Amino acid sequence: MNTIGNVTGVIANLVIVETEGTTSQNEICFIKLGETKLMAEVIKVVGKKAYIQVFESTRGLKVGTEVEFMGHMLEATLGPGILSKNFDGLMNDLDKMEGVFLKRGDYTDPLDFDKKFEFKVLAKEGDKVTAGSWLGEVKENWISHKIMVPFKFEGEYTIKSIKGDGEYSPKDTMAILIDRDGKKHEVTMVQKWPVKVPIRAYREKPRPFRILETGIRVMDTLNPMAEGGTGFIPGPFGSGKTVLQHNLSKNAEADLVIVAACGERANEVVEIFTEFPELDDPRTGRKLMERTTIIANTSNMPVAAREASVYTAMTIAEYYRAMGLKVLLLADSTSRWAQALREMSNRMEELPGPDGFPMDLSAIIANFYARAGFVYLNNGETGSITFIGTVSPAGGNLKEPVTESTKKVARSFYALSQERADSKRYPAIDPIDSYSKYLEYPEIAEYLNEKIAPNWTESVFEAKDILLRGKEVYEQINILGDDGVPIDYHIKYWRSELVDFVILQQDAFDKIDASSSLDRQYYMLKKTLEIAHIDFPFDSFEDVGPYFKRVINALKQMNYSEYESEKFKNNEKELEKILGEKRADAEAEKA
Amino acid sequence: MEKDTKAFQRVYTKLFQLTKATVSLYAKGVGNEELAIVDGRLAQVVKIMGDMVTLQIFGGTEGIATNAEVIFAGKAPTLKVGDDLAGRFFNAYGEPLEGGEILGREQEIGGPSVNPVRRKQPSEYIPTGIAGIDLNNALVTGQKIPFFADPDQPYNQVMAMVALRAKADKIILAGMGLTNDDYLYFKNVFDNAGALDRIVGFINTTENPPVERLLVPDMALTAAEYFAVEKNEKVLVLLTDMTLYSDALSIVSNRMDQIPSKDSMPGSLYSDLAKLYEKAVQFPDGGSITIIAVTTLSGGDITHAVPDNTGYITEGQLFLRKDSDVGKVIVDPFRSLSRLKQLVIGKKTREDHPQVMNAAVRLYADAANAKTKQENGFDLTDYDERTLEFAKGYSRQLLAIDVNIETDAMLETAYELFGKYFKPAEVGIRQEFVDKYWKNKG
Repeated sequence: MNTIGNVTGVIANLVIVETEGTTSQNEICFIKLGETKLMAEVIKVVGKKAYIQVFESTRGLKVGTEVEFMGHMLEATLGPGILSKNFDGLMNDLDKMEGVFLKRGDYTDPLDFDKKFEFKVLAKEGDKVTAGSWLGEVKENWISHKIMVPFKFEGEYTIKSIKGDGEYSPKDTMAILIDRDGKKHEVTMVQKWPVKVPIRAYREKPRPFRILETGIRVMDTLNPMAEGGTGFIPGPFGSGKTVLQHNLSKNAEADLVIVAACGERANEVVEIFTEFPELDDPRTGRKLMERTTIIANTSNMPVAAREASVYTAMTIAEYYRAMGLKVLLLADSTSRWAQALREMSNRMEELPGPDGFPMDLSAIIANFYARAGFVYLNNGETGSITFIGTVSPAGGNLKEPVTESTKKVARSFYALSQERADSKRYPAIDPIDSYSKYLEYPEIAEYLNEKIAPNWTESVFEAKDILLRGKEVYEQINILGDDGVPIDYHIKYWRSELVDFVILQQDAFDKIDASSSLDRQYYMLKKTLEIAHIDFPFDSFEDVGPYFKRVINALKQMNYSEYESEKFKNNEKELEKILGEKRADAEAEKA
Repeated sequence: MEKDTKAFQRVYTKLFQLTKATVSLYAKGVGNEELAIVDGRLAQVVKIMGDMVTLQIFGGTEGIATNAEVIFAGKAPTLKVGDDLAGRFFNAYGEPLEGGEILGREQEIGGPSVNPVRRKQPSEYIPTGIAGIDLNNALVTGQKIPFFADPDQPYNQVMAMVALRAKADKIILAGMGLTNDDYLYFKNVFDNAGALDRIVGFINTTENPPVERLLVPDMALTAAEYFAVEKNEKVLVLLTDMTLYSDALSIVSNRMDQIPSKDSMPGSLYSDLAKLYEKAVQFPDGGSITIIAVTTLSGGDITHAVPDNTGYITEGQLFLRKDSDVGKVIVDPFRSLSRLKQLVIGKKTREDHPQVMNAAVRLYADAANAKTKQENGFDLTDYDERTLEFAKGYSRQLLAIDVNIETDAMLETAYELFGKYFKPAEVGIRQEFVDKYWKNKG
């Protein structure tokens, strides 16, 4: 019997409910506003009063309205058919909703329960199983979607019976399990899990030890993202956060990509809806949409559901990780989620922390990032969630609470710089301020040196040095004037420009340059550093820039050509010709 | 406002709390966001605590007595929508300024959002004739973009110009804290252009109470949705000035003892603004709502909470700047950005548009560097000198807001300037375009 209560107060989407029955923190309840039921979540209980945040507009809500408490937290529905769908923050299937406008209280099934799936059995009668054990698999797009023992099952179970290969619907009983007390439990293809609780059906979470290729040079080469790692991208508006995230979702080497569009522009989500079904996955040749799932809670959708949306996305990611898949989770933007927390905290008249954010903001962010990671499943397979969130710092100032809290927990930091964006140097990731702690992990360094080339990490650090030195001399040149510094300064500056233009800058809208393979990145970095090592003789500082511009142009043409193609090789010959001119000069000088 | 005397209305006469913007009283059966009339003034429920109801009074609470009559209307604020709206001006409550009635049906304002999967990707180019916009920051139907401008800049004039040239089926003007002079200016300009029948205005001038402004954008956008959804029309909404709107938000939240966040603005500012701006949409059946807004800055500071939050919501921003070298107001090519331009330039406009745009801006940036060099007393190279000359021509013939030419003519003008000062190699446009379009390559 569910607890019933009555509304006693309304402040925007915060509603106060008085009840005689039991309620619990984060419990879901429904407000019965006429024919419509409005979903809400308990966020505080004081005596008989439950404070609930409503996931919808509360217009017209009156004191006395009946509220039913459901006895469970906000849950995600997990089962085959999640992939390629467009959900809202509460996991309603947006495509199933009727009409152009969203209707209040319109909740739709996340899955297509009538659809049949081809089941292949993986376990047998008598097997001992625990939560997350694979019972069978069905084909979902191109992945093998594992049907697992529900995560809610505690302890060990024995399979009493299991269905054989064949076609089944998600709600069909696929197996019957017996617990230690001999009680029977039916298992279907569908299970529910509370989104705010991490799924822990794995044996071990080691330190990340390999990288997730993204095809983006400034990331892979200079500040690699670990598979199962965490990263964040702060940047003022207009610095290219969303383009970068879209590019990541297009090119990253992941089995599936989950995009949580959290409190951002609706037209950006439309871009994904429109383009991804058309675009090819560069690795598999399938359509990008086949591996992409979107959780869209745009800025004009209810604020409380915005907070829920990132948890829903994470839960879906954890579900697929438990199948042994490599998941990339992107959230744009975590600041909007933090703002949703602030709005509620404010309405509850809690004492505010810095900038009006709730005091536990840091802890909430840390807990969330901790759900990402590389895991060994109980059956020895591996799975991972790599999480990259964007942060939209107020006024572009990185000393604000969301950025600072995130910086404490995310291991890679991709700072987008207004200055680079203004000079159209995209992606506008600042090479000096950004970092990847993973580059310092010995296991990652070992992995890179083995996979790419011996001494690879040394080359990376050298490139970083060149950039830093370039920045320093540039400041000197600006103070002292072009002719007030030795020619050597100009050469140092242009070496850093060389790395900047050839390695850092990448054209996200160019078919070829948008994604760069690791082989290719290695080749280009090697080439660039070779050039940086040459002691070019120059008579005047005025010759340095124009010469380097020619070199850069030749290298950029290589970036724009298919790797190792005829065109690529011709461009390289062109480059060698330009280098030859100066090499001859250098040798003449030595002689 | 005339009082209805329907049976279900509940009347109260005992207020126990009065602030500058709100009143509180004990009342039963009141719905959240319900409309009420307090001493003849329109009010809306913003908080209910047991029997205690707090109302925000749009017209201000001056002179309201504790025994004032409060009548609850049993519904949220509405606007009467219909074709009858066209060609008329209204106050913040949706009442015609010239008096009279509106024929139409009542529509609640601040209605639901469009389902994101039902939106269409914006793809229709809006030429304005202003090269600083069309060439560098092309606008697209369904876009939302503000002018970031200091109060002394002619943003209302530019906006009126854009509105008239945009070939919209309807132009909806939402004036918040508009000076009476500017209101009359808009009216005159639209009248002179013979466009009055395409205009709908919702006007709150500086003479009206500030809290009234809170209704204006919702009124305007409700009217916009009527024309865009039911008539499949292309609607352009002008919101001026959103900073004054935000100020009204902060007044109300302050009176309700809410904890302010950055710059004394309410913590919900982002959501409040996003809810309005996200009404910009391209509908599948051809109708669209495009929003051009104004956010006034204080001393050009874009880190203030209002422009900052706006920047994260809107699809770009337009900056006006006085170029002292040519003595004209220009659309700043560096700080302005239209995020949706990629959807139309080179697709709906000539193929070389993106390249010409980038080349010109790059050369203009080189000129800015040369200028800094010059100011610091360093010698200029021949190239520097040429970029400076180019920048003057570019500013005068293309960036200035008084330019009014077709998009192709803008491209031609750009090539003319390129040819006057540079060789093709210095401009860096793809060879095929140079061959095809560049006529005077020295």
